[in-house]
Amino acid sequence: MSTTAPAPSRTDRARYLMRIADTSLVLAQRLGEWVGHAPAIEEDLGLANTALDLLGQARMLLSYAGELEGAGRSEDALAFLRAEPDFLNATLAELPNGDFGDTIVRQFLIDAFQLELYERLVDSTDARLAEIAAKAVKETRYHVRYSSGWLVRLGDGTAESHARVQDSLHRLWPYTHELFDADALDRDVAEAGIGPDLDAVHAAWLRRVDAVFAEATLSRPVDVAYRWYGKQGRHSEHLGYLLADLQHLQRAHPGASW
Amino acid sequence: MSDNRDWPLYEIFIRARGGLDHKHVGSVHAADAQMAIEHARDVYTRRQEGVSIWVVRSSDIVASDPAESDALFEPARDKIYRHPTFYDIPKEVETL
Repeated sequence: MSTTAPAPSRTDRARYLMRIADTSLVLAQRLGEWVGHAPAIEEDLGLANTALDLLGQARMLLSYAGELEGAGRSEDALAFLRAEPDFLNATLAELPNGDFGDTIVRQFLIDAFQLELYERLVDSTDARLAEIAAKAVKETRYHVRYSSGWLVRLGDGTAESHARVQDSLHRLWPYTHELFDADALDRDVAEAGIGPDLDAVHAAWLRRVDAVFAEATLSRPVDVAYRWYGKQGRHSEHLGYLLADLQHLQRAHPGASW
Repeated sequence: MSDNRDWPLYEIFIRARGGLDHKHVGSVHAADAQMAIEHARDVYTRRQEGVSIWVVRSSDIVASDPAESDALFEPARDKIYRHPTFYDIPKEVETL
């Protein structure tokens, strides 16, 4: 804790919460696309259960962000009425589902990140965020178990399944960089003890994913220079289409409820 | 299984809460027992139905032959004295 840095403003704290919330919300929407299409009905339910956990996390975090912001925006207003550049999710979460292996790789990379994140947010100086994290961390432990279990099955499965998830990992790996690349907002909330030090999160995350990659006989891709910053509102071309689906009803029928 | 690429069937037993026994609730397909537990969790405990899960390969269950049901069960039909209906059950016993 530094005595020189001013505490983050309420607006900044709200933006920090939206980063966490939007990653969960957008990923929930992606997982929801599997309903009716998963390889087995049991996986259909498994993916939907994870989606609902993520949606629940997003709701709690967005409600709180709206209160901090103090502009009268509810969780629904934040979810359904913000435009693309105002969404602060990590780019990885908005990438299309691809095949089941792509979805599992994307899920595992994010689940492992969220687990390291929530395990630290439990000790946040922001008591309400700490409470939300305490609930979310239990859900996330199961998510990691699910996605890492599948990654090991596919990676250490047949020659084809191994080749395909290794390829998924190569394609998705570059998007993990922004999760740990601390910007001014990340540093300010870490300084205030609200959020974790992302270097520490990164080191713990690498240990966790490396252990699973080893079991799955997958090799960790090398880092590349290309960077994504969805968490700063600069998104891939995929988010707009996702939001069109997510927001259509509230945009077409403002205030509709049932 | 006619198609051996299909996942085998597992029978699922759930304990609703501590102190009760595991009850059969249905079945799921899964590649192995570990996956069967996860599938059972996702399919059968979404509404807090349980605190413990058992899974058993359906093919490992040995069942009685329906054709033998007369021989197996008919003889018990006229032996009403085997029912403990001649005792008063104490009110304190809840889950008998």
